[in-house]
Amino acid sequence: MSEGIIYWLQQALNAFQLGSIYALIALGYTMVYGILTMINFAHGDVFMIGAFFCFLLSSLLGLSFIPTLLLTMLGTALLGVMIERLAYKPLRQAPKVSAIITALGVGMFLENFTLALAPYPKQVPLLLENVTWDVYGISISSIQIVIISLSLLLMLLLDYIVQRTSIGMAMRAISWDKTIVPLMGIPVDLIISITFAIGAGLAGAAGTMYALAYPVIDPYMGVMVGWKAFICAVVGGIGNIRGAMIGAFILGTVEIMVVAFLPSTFRDFVAFTLLMLLIMIRPYGILGKPRIQKV
Amino acid sequence: MSKAVIENSNILLEVCNLEVQYDAIKALHGLSFTISKGEIVTLIGANGAGKSSILRAISGLTAFSGDIFFEGQNLQSVPAHKIVRLGIAHVPEGRGVFGNLTVNENLQLATWQRKDKAEINADYDRIFTLFPKLKIRLNQLAGTLSGGEQQMLVVGRAIMSRGRLLLLDEPSMGLAPKLVQEIFHIIKDINNTGTTILLVEQNANMALQIASRAYVLETGRIVLAGTGLELLGSPRIKSAYLGS
Repeated sequence: MSEGIIYWLQQALNAFQLGSIYALIALGYTMVYGILTMINFAHGDVFMIGAFFCFLLSSLLGLSFIPTLLLTMLGTALLGVMIERLAYKPLRQAPKVSAIITALGVGMFLENFTLALAPYPKQVPLLLENVTWDVYGISISSIQIVIISLSLLLMLLLDYIVQRTSIGMAMRAISWDKTIVPLMGIPVDLIISITFAIGAGLAGAAGTMYALAYPVIDPYMGVMVGWKAFICAVVGGIGNIRGAMIGAFILGTVEIMVVAFLPSTFRDFVAFTLLMLLIMIRPYGILGKPRIQKV
Repeated sequence: MSKAVIENSNILLEVCNLEVQYDAIKALHGLSFTISKGEIVTLIGANGAGKSSILRAISGLTAFSGDIFFEGQNLQSVPAHKIVRLGIAHVPEGRGVFGNLTVNENLQLATWQRKDKAEINADYDRIFTLFPKLKIRLNQLAGTLSGGEQQMLVVGRAIMSRGRLLLLDEPSMGLAPKLVQEIFHIIKDINNTGTTILLVEQNANMALQIASRAYVLETGRIVLAGTGLELLGSPRIKSAYLGS
């Protein structure tokens, strides 16, 4: 293969890895928006808590990768449900802006709570042996393979849950019209809790995988990643699950490609500019549709 | 046993001093009525008279004061999703189909609390007999159906939830005259198979023709009650609701 193609394939692989992590986080934003039309701005910080759970489980308890991943997902899922029950549910009838401000507050709470307990960045122990293979000149690491394949697996699983199970059907029904769902005998609060659990669980998985690739973690790591994942969700069409995945892979690609050609300080500047242009062209996002106004 | 007890055992729904308030506005001012098993009872009245509020209170969508008894059980503070399980199916106003779900998924949703697979299949057959068009459109998104088909779907969904009491809110609204006839025919059919019906209608003429009994509402109060035929003949009803 020619040098050029190898270079491009290498960059595409890197973009796919970054996009996978964004996608797992973006899904949480889009699912919550889908059923509550609310932006859960604390979601990026749930991702950060996931990375810290991963740190605690692996360094203090000495657990290996799989149990660490599963317990982290369980832990963030419970955290997500708690946040919804304690902070958002009491405000469900309140103006949307109150819920959004509360979400920002929850995010700051999580950041500063973590900061109080962990004032200095933490080093997550190496959970997987990192082996790098050379495939026709493209270097592929074992961590890269784990991140990409695990993310794809989780996304397929989520797609299956949403499209093929009765819980997923109830979620989609709630996203259309929450008010009449109880008339089907469906407990809406339970479905909302399950949605938060799934979204936060995926953020926990993203936190673990992020810590695999970038093992130094700090309480503010969720802020920028969270904003970016949120933008991925909007670019894909907020409320649309497949759209969030597409948006994430677009951002991952743009970021990697910018760094490949321009100074790395240009990365976020170019990425955000492109995303804003995309939204101007398609205000509802790539797969989004205008919400039907119900009178 | 006394006669009163035997009569009481026939009562499916009993509403006593029902009051509903939205913020500062009182929608219902303490009204009472009963529905016996097997009846079609209709509520007629102008817009804003409180008809839909009554249905919403019964199915648990709106908080209320007073008492509502279904088969002797008090429904006060029972959540809406549990009221469905007790046997009350509510077809809300304005064709509440889930437009992003297929026809089949809309029907499946209503079986959420049911475990009786064989019976569910029997209900599917029943719905397809009543509404052959739904069978053709089974895998189509409900949002792409015509208004009449959507109305058939919500009625079908109510059948799937196996209500012994069916609350219908303006099932004829916005439908072509031929379809209105058809919908009323189907309501009668559903009633004949043993389902009790509480029907809210603007189309007072059609509603009174199929109703065993009717209540007339004005600004949150019952102002007139009688059999369907009695009210069809009442001069007051004729001038106010039948437009003659």
